[in-house]
Amino acid sequence: MLLFGVGVVVNRNPVASALCLVVSFVGLASLFISLDAHFLGIIQILVYTGAVMVLFLFIIMLLDLKEEARRALNAWAVAGGAVVALCLVGTLLHVLGTFPKGEATLPPLVVPDGQAYEDTKALGTLLFTEYVFHVQVIGLLLLGATVGVVALSKKEASK
Amino acid sequence: MGTLNGYLLVSGLLFTIGLTGVIVRRNIIIIFMCLELMLSAANLTLVAFSRFGLVNGLPNHHGQLLVFFTITVAAAEVAVGLAIIVALYRAKQTVHVEDLKSLGG
Repeated sequence: MLLFGVGVVVNRNPVASALCLVVSFVGLASLFISLDAHFLGIIQILVYTGAVMVLFLFIIMLLDLKEEARRALNAWAVAGGAVVALCLVGTLLHVLGTFPKGEATLPPLVVPDGQAYEDTKALGTLLFTEYVFHVQVIGLLLLGATVGVVALSKKEASK
Repeated sequence: MGTLNGYLLVSGLLFTIGLTGVIVRRNIIIIFMCLELMLSAANLTLVAFSRFGLVNGLPNHHGQLLVFFTITVAAAEVAVGLAIIVALYRAKQTVHVEDLKSLGG
């Protein structure tokens, strides 16, 4: 999964980048499922590798992006990227090395007598009781995004 | 793998890859994809902590709901961002950030 993540950055062809991103997201979904978050894993596949990546590929095809000409990479940008990446990895290793709780292995789930663990049911119950206001806000946000996208992609006929 | 540190390490590396891509690449669509990568890395951290921080023997569902909301917002963000990129391409015929200097003053 990480290899394909690197592929997104390294590939010069945007379509190959997007396909690497799809594989990376599928790997991420499998990690979600290995963490017993089945609902989120499925949502990750449906939304990201389904909707979002189709949108990306659609735009890449629409703009008809060819493989980038090998224009000289900005040396400062590459150096800056390498420095930032090294700093982040160093910090990460240091923090994780001094985080004793991180050695914990997956604790077993405690499910009341013999029932299967249903995370979708639990999430849905929580979503429509405690978080019902947030759901409405998200709905408004999606509506606003839809209207905004339509307004943005309209040809400027009035000018 | 299997330990909390393993998941956090994967998540951190994914975030690093995304950030490096945002800094190094000059194609605005690839920069956008790297942003998605970083968002997903944060999601993985949330799910990992929710699974390892059990509440009454079950994963912390509040954390997973936060991931759900994040995915929703990310989807909306992708739609708006790609619309902006298309509008930009119509105006300037380029997706290279170095060719876009009109805001630079």
